Amino acid sequence: MVADFNWAIGGEAGDGIDSTGKIFAQALSRSGRHVFTSKDFASRIRGGYTAYKVRTSVDRVQSVVDRLDVLIALTPRTIEENLPELHEDSVIIYDGERTTMQNAEIPEEMIGLDVPLKRLAEEAGGAIMRNVVALGAACEVTDFPIENLDSALEKRFKDKGQKLVENNQEAARAGQSYVAEEFDHEFDYELETTDNDYVLLNGDEAIGMGAIAAGCRFYSGYPITPATDVMEYLTGRIERYGGHVVQAEDELSAINMALGAARGGARSMTATSGPGIDLMTETFGLVATSETPLVICNVMRSGPSTGMPTKQEQGDLNGMLYGGHGEIPRFVLAPTTIDECFWKTVEAFNLAEKYQTPVYLTADLSLAVTEQTYEPDAFDMDAVEVDRGFLVDEETIGDHQTDAEQFKPHEITDDGISPRAFPGTSGGAHMSTGLEHDELGRRTEEQDMRVEQVDKRNRKVETAEEREDWNPREFGDPEADALVVSWGSNEGALIEALEILEADGIDVRVISVPYIFPRPDLTEDVQAAEETIVVECNATGQFADLVEHDVLERVERINKYTGVRFKADELARDIKETLEA
Amino acid sequence: MSSDVRFTDFKSDKQPTWCPGCGDFGTMNGMMKALAETGNDPDNTFVVAGIGCSGKIGTYMRSYALHGVHGRALPVGTGVKLARPDVEVMVAGGDGDGYSIGAGHFVHAVRRNVDMTYVVMDNRIYGLTKGQASPTSRSDFETSTTPEGPKQPPVNPHALALASGASFIAQSFSSDALRHQEIIQEAIEHDGFGFVNVYSPCVTFNDVDTYDYFRDSLVDLEETDHDRHDYDDAKEVILDADKEYQGVIYQDENSVPYAEQHGIGADMSDIPDGAPEDATDLVREFY
Ligand SMILES: Cc1ncc(C[n+]2csc(CCOP(=O)(O)OP(=O)(O)O)c2C)c(N)n1
Ligand code: SF4
Repeated sequence: MVADFNWAIGGEAGDGIDSTGKIFAQALSRSGRHVFTSKDFASRIRGGYTAYKVRTSVDRVQSVVDRLDVLIALTPRTIEENLPELHEDSVIIYDGERTTMQNAEIPEEMIGLDVPLKRLAEEAGGAIMRNVVALGAACEVTDFPIENLDSALEKRFKDKGQKLVENNQEAARAGQSYVAEEFDHEFDYELETTDNDYVLLNGDEAIGMGAIAAGCRFYSGYPITPATDVMEYLTGRIERYGGHVVQAEDELSAINMALGAARGGARSMTATSGPGIDLMTETFGLVATSETPLVICNVMRSGPSTGMPTKQEQGDLNGMLYGGHGEIPRFVLAPTTIDECFWKTVEAFNLAEKYQTPVYLTADLSLAVTEQTYEPDAFDMDAVEVDRGFLVDEETIGDHQTDAEQFKPHEITDDGISPRAFPGTSGGAHMSTGLEHDELGRRTEEQDMRVEQVDKRNRKVETAEEREDWNPREFGDPEADALVVSWGSNEGALIEALEILEADGIDVRVISVPYIFPRPDLTEDVQAAEETIVVECNATGQFADLVEHDVLERVERINKYTGVRFKADELARDIKETLEA
Repeated sequence: MSSDVRFTDFKSDKQPTWCPGCGDFGTMNGMMKALAETGNDPDNTFVVAGIGCSGKIGTYMRSYALHGVHGRALPVGTGVKLARPDVEVMVAGGDGDGYSIGAGHFVHAVRRNVDMTYVVMDNRIYGLTKGQASPTSRSDFETSTTPEGPKQPPVNPHALALASGASFIAQSFSSDALRHQEIIQEAIEHDGFGFVNVYSPCVTFNDVDTYDYFRDSLVDLEETDHDRHDYDDAKEVILDADKEYQGVIYQDENSVPYAEQHGIGADMSDIPDGAPEDATDLVREFY
């Protein structure tokens, strides 16, 4: 386990928890430390417990653990909620003058620092800066050079004027010197800095960045947690490249607009979460039968119905694989890390255009909303390739016309992929429809043509399956008897769990699968293992079912569906118990 | 675009399966003529159709086209037009398609004011599903699902459009071929969302809103002192429940289409082979 440090700020929604947490995370990443953030938030805007947690180390961190070293508590509930993670040397920073904190109980064995956050903030220019005072106090406790916080505050507030930046920096210093002067205590923490440069971003942002890198020009969506960040990222950025974002009236509209733009020839995407996917499902079938390239991003949250909108779950896998009436060829990609959110988005556009079919790109809430540091070269833009697939233009269109010079957009081909003509291409006028159709796109109920078109569309998947690089990601000991398989955001926690297990003398091989459909064949891997465990955040083991179906063997399952992501130490414990059972 | 395009170039070789005498024939002919007359050709035109007898129009016309799912044609048209400002976009569908299942999209398409043309073939009945009440059916119109009539007032699509901030509202009658074509042409030429409700009689399931009925009751606004640029005039016409009108009811002289308001005008089908040149700036923002 890496020598790491865990920090949190908690209070009521509306207390500015999120932005304060983010400022601290940024200060850490700017100081060359790795950061991994997580959020506890309730689905309401004011009131309700909410917290922003930061785990940091000079080594890479990619999951959360059961430990909290410094806590900024704006409400008594913040202390209660985090008690299990607090320990003897934990420091709790609170404002004893705040009315709600006056009866807060700081556990005796811990170090409570009563800092008059509001009063110091007022002296620095405004009560609103009380969280920043707390950040300054935290810098003192952790011996963390406050210049890094200065630079994060600069980044955060520079658009609002130098005065505001300076006031905030002053507020931070007030917190720092208050702790230095008032508390005669040697703290055990010391956050060293490095010369490294990291970027700090979340999965949704990485998806948006991937979309722009891949040449996405049109995005339409309807706001929904936790997918909204994708839309917010693209808004204001996609325009720089000649693109546009539309906030549609609903998801039905969003997917249909995206479909229209794709038929116009734009690389096009929509993103939503479970309930929105349900609304899009009818059009999903149209996208497939009309053979329109479209990327549909499903940022999963806890369902069914509106479920727990701000909580983690990987419960929509079956829906994405089987949703929709009739039989629909499709691809489902599921990045496992934030940088993979970028790369799989690029790949999703290429697959969509190459195979002229809808592609589900799915991230779970934990992957989407939590931030992590990366080396900037993890996003090597020179490595981005754009494959627009089988396009015809004025010159080549003649090879794909009937004798009557009519273009065949649904030409029956060996690989299932037909030529595509953008509007404006002369000689290419054609219709596409959700009705069954012939090669020209015209409605038919003729039996042979129905079979030919269904087979043609399904052949795309067969063609794709022949691709060699549907590879999973692998970690741990390749020779180990125990095999753990997972998908989505569990990967990070699993990698850290490996280290814990290794220290316990348990060797494990981990396979993390980013391709759900088509997916890599795990038969040999499962057969070679003495025991296979599938880890996922849902109750029924949807991915485990797929593995069993593929390999014709029973597997063990670890399922978590509390709404909270796996923690590394918890997962290590669960794996150990399963192996010992 | 070529100037020698004839309206028959917009005809596909598929024979319509509409009932003989269906109003949709006339509606379609007028649309094809208007497209040709405004200098378009099949290769720069995109027709989006809804579901219903009316929605089959895309099949019988020749152009780039999409025949989508019930009620969602307007968003599709919006996507095509925003991605391809160079393409002429025409959206067509029925009264059920547009004012029932697609009513939400109608309101929002109107207020977005994307520069495209929306033609609703209003027969005041559900044709393709064989004769149920539609949102524009009269409240006493007896159908298989409303044996005593819907007992609700019909939707007033023009009022809905006006209330939603429409920049162009018109009404035509499919059998008045010349006027119908002229009105569609005006909608195409309008800078913004050109909405035309077309009385397009269903000869099979609607024996009330017939050719004779419309012929007898239609008042042509061209022959009145109606001022299409006057909002109050438009309101008066639209709220007059006793008369049927044809002509351009309202046109906002200051209409600014969506693309102009949002500063978009690029052909979005044209993208580079790799990430944009300054893409590393996107990463740098996360420092
Ligand atoms: C989601 C969905 N619901 C119902 C239908 C069945 N349906 C097909 S056409 C139609 C009504 C069409 O009426 P209208 O839009 O007035 O067109 P018309 O046939 O009269 O031209 C209905 C309900 C469908 N295709 N899809
Ligand atoms: S049923 Fe009515 S609307 Fe449909 S084709 Fe026949 S006449 Fe036209």
